[in-house]
Amino acid sequence: MASLASPLRLCRGILREIRAIKGLEYKQSLAYNYVLDQFRKNQITGERYCRAQEEALHASHSYLCLLTSTRQHMALYDMYHGKGQRDTEEMAGIVGLRLPTQPGGKGWEK
Amino acid sequence: MLRNLVRFHNCLGHAFSPPTVCPRGQMFKLLPLLSVNSKSYSIITERKKFYEDVSISHGEGGMFEINLDRRKLKTPGGKLFTAPNEALAIAVANEWDTQKDMLKFYSMHMTTLCNTALDNPTFRSKDQMITAALKYLETDTLCYRVEEPPSLVELQNNEWDPVLNWIEDRYNVVIGSSTSILGPEIPQATMDTFRQHLGSYNFWSLTGLEYVITQLRSVVLAFALIDKHITVEQAVLLSRLEEEFQIGHWGNVEWAHDVDLYDLRSRTAAGALFVHFSSESSTVKRKLMQE
Repeated sequence: MASLASPLRLCRGILREIRAIKGLEYKQSLAYNYVLDQFRKNQITGERYCRAQEEALHASHSYLCLLTSTRQHMALYDMYHGKGQRDTEEMAGIVGLRLPTQPGGKGWEK
Repeated sequence: MLRNLVRFHNCLGHAFSPPTVCPRGQMFKLLPLLSVNSKSYSIITERKKFYEDVSISHGEGGMFEINLDRRKLKTPGGKLFTAPNEALAIAVANEWDTQKDMLKFYSMHMTTLCNTALDNPTFRSKDQMITAALKYLETDTLCYRVEEPPSLVELQNNEWDPVLNWIEDRYNVVIGSSTSILGPEIPQATMDTFRQHLGSYNFWSLTGLEYVITQLRSVVLAFALIDKHITVEQAVLLSRLEEEFQIGHWGNVEWAHDVDLYDLRSRTAAGALFVHFSSESSTVKRKLMQE
């Protein structure tokens, strides 16, 4: 995608994601320092077409995609995913009933 | 009917235990109980967060370990979690750091991949993985074309043909596409070339590669992604081409299509990153500036 190919946009994108995750103390997080470090290291190269630089760019694009899509997936998951069934006691309680108790324990329980 | 056993363990390393029910039938949501000898992978999806800080540290042999507060992370198989390089360790640590009150294991794809590579629970060898990956080529998404509607045919040709051409050029093989139900005939020479190429990857990279192939349902797309010819978003789009076509025609359903899309993207991105980190080694050479 040409729109995200520039290292600056990728770097900003990743740092923005990290800030979205961590909140206020994002600058102290592991990932923040590592990412900035990597971007700085790969910035200067003597060759016109540096394969390592291209690879690093692709990797950072993938990482940005990972962070964004995980966040978006979890947002949709929280919104739409079913909460699962309630416990039998709770369900009985909703209609005002109680489960019967068996003092000796049911046959198959320890 | 909820049936759970309560077990106590006194050591600091831990595997995750299933939710427990106390004899009175009250549900204690996921107490941090430790289980003894949990040989099988437990199928818990969520757990309460039991740590504050995540950090990485150097372990033996140049491997990196993840520390949750002061405890070391372990794989579900009980082994100590070790990552071969710093980048992978930081990616995993970040996943653990991302979690808030509840740990959602289904969103931690890098961790899952590392666990699979470390534990190898199904005891696969490199050869088995290569064979399985190549077998997928016979049912590759990009090779199966429809005959109608014409706009979908055209879309498939326009989007998929360039990638097929690229891989045929890059690896000097013949794959081809087909509209028949049996799919394309892949010549043995192609299989041999790919087998030789895949043999050069190490076990970890193969784990990641197999994961990407399974997610994208295509060997060709997986190769294109791993060789950095296309981005993750492009690979996912090409993999879901027919779905996207239908969405464009009939409309998008957020709770199904978007959920699938983001899930596929995150898994594929994790797989691609995993392969990249497992197969790279980087050194920085500094040149002195000439005044």
